[in-house]
Amino acid sequence: MRPFWSGTLTFGLVSVPVNLFPANKSSRPSLRMLSDEGAPLERRYYSQKTEKDLDADELVRGYEFKKGKYVVVTDEELERLAPEKTRDIDLTRFVKEDSIPPVHFERGYFLIPESGSEKAYKLLAETMAKSGFAGLATFVMRGKEYLVAIFSDHGLLRAETMRFVDELRSPADLGLPKKKKVPAASVRKFEKLISSRSKKEFSGAKLQDEQAEALLKLVKKKEKKRSNVVEVETEEREPAKVIDLVAVLKKSLSGKAK
Amino acid sequence: MAGRAIWKGELKIGATKIPVKLYSAVADRTVRFHILDDKHLMRVKQHMVSPDSGDEVTNQEIQKAYEVEPGKFVILTDEDLQSLEPKPSREIEVTEFVPPESINQQWYERPYYLGPDGNEQDYFALAEALEKSEREGIARWVMRNKPYIGALRSQDGYLVLCTLRNAAEVISARELPKPAGRAPSAKELNMAKQLVGMLEGEFNAAEFEDKYRKRVMEFIERKAKGHAPKLRVVKTKRKTTSLDSVLAKSLESLKKEKRAA
Repeated sequence: MRPFWSGTLTFGLVSVPVNLFPANKSSRPSLRMLSDEGAPLERRYYSQKTEKDLDADELVRGYEFKKGKYVVVTDEELERLAPEKTRDIDLTRFVKEDSIPPVHFERGYFLIPESGSEKAYKLLAETMAKSGFAGLATFVMRGKEYLVAIFSDHGLLRAETMRFVDELRSPADLGLPKKKKVPAASVRKFEKLISSRSKKEFSGAKLQDEQAEALLKLVKKKEKKRSNVVEVETEEREPAKVIDLVAVLKKSLSGKAK
Repeated sequence: MAGRAIWKGELKIGATKIPVKLYSAVADRTVRFHILDDKHLMRVKQHMVSPDSGDEVTNQEIQKAYEVEPGKFVILTDEDLQSLEPKPSREIEVTEFVPPESINQQWYERPYYLGPDGNEQDYFALAEALEKSEREGIARWVMRNKPYIGALRSQDGYLVLCTLRNAAEVISARELPKPAGRAPSAKELNMAKQLVGMLEGEFNAAEFEDKYRKRVMEFIERKAKGHAPKLRVVKTKRKTTSLDSVLAKSLESLKKEKRAA
């Protein structure tokens, strides 16, 4: 598996070549579509005009600037629109880790050092861990600018992509009622309720995807009873590839990736 | 622009219930592109085809299946899928409260604001109590046939509900090996600490804006008017120097900047 992005992380004049790998994955079992005869189907694009199927090289990306009128924008143009300095993750600001409101967080990526840059990587990870700081930067990746916060996490650096300030609504935007002064007794009642149900720590391991588990259980049961089971020749098509992200990360960290 | 509530429910903590409305806290600003057919510059349509014959298969004929091993499928009927749907409910049940710092950032997915729906006193009292207790509630609810897990927190006096990922969706740094290589020296650590300290500040989201989105939109506008702006090719380069000297140089230049400011 290729990294999601390869580039340079910089702070001051120190640059650390890194590869980005997802730190989140989907837990939802993906379902395939079959024909009524049990043949796996493919999704295809077709032209409205000719009603014929289109190949990938017959497709372009367009922005609708007027109803039904499009400007075509190529990958190359999107790439060239990003000035060189915006292609690095340049940490321009360090803030206390817990001062960033979680409403900003979108998605996580691990930064894995390229071989030869481990020393500078470890230096940054250790410095940030000791000070409790997260580093902030914006950079352009795959035709989009990202605001990221970089955290030091058990010896690794992890980037969280964040929503820009104009991508978040405020209570005023939403027309929520003005804040009200409430009786102290009322607040105390809730404080008691909270304290009686408080745990020392968040335990994420308990947060299972019960719906996915129920689906897999049902699938197993049906497979055993041989009800609704279809088999097709596999030579005809590539079987759905399952990527073990943890294995990919372990391999990259051992420096044996490629 | 006043927002419209997307859902109504009831926060439930033990026997206490607070009616709330739920609003998306996210305003999508992504530049939206469409996939076009390059000959006619019209939007394309999608359909499902049988790869052998190339024939279109209509929705009525499509069956959903789970691939248990390559080439072996278990079909899930509409009744099967319906049986997996959670029971509809209006309750957002908060089961426990935890210190916010114990929730790693990777868990947070999407934020929603809760607004009061008839009982403003309890709504604002809970927000204040969460802030004073320095706790976030862990909540579960079912919205539009989907089960959710979320963190209930107070932000600027209002209640925010951020959906959380489940355990299978989060890869923990703890289960990964550490990068090889020698540990940094005390001197390097000291210089790096100074460097980080000089860039230290308060978190201010307004400090960062999506300039690239603006460039893309300007480019599209010019192109729509028939001008095809020339864009320069950009090359990326990489340099290597010793960590020590680079750290020292960075500190020097930052100090100069600070003096000049």
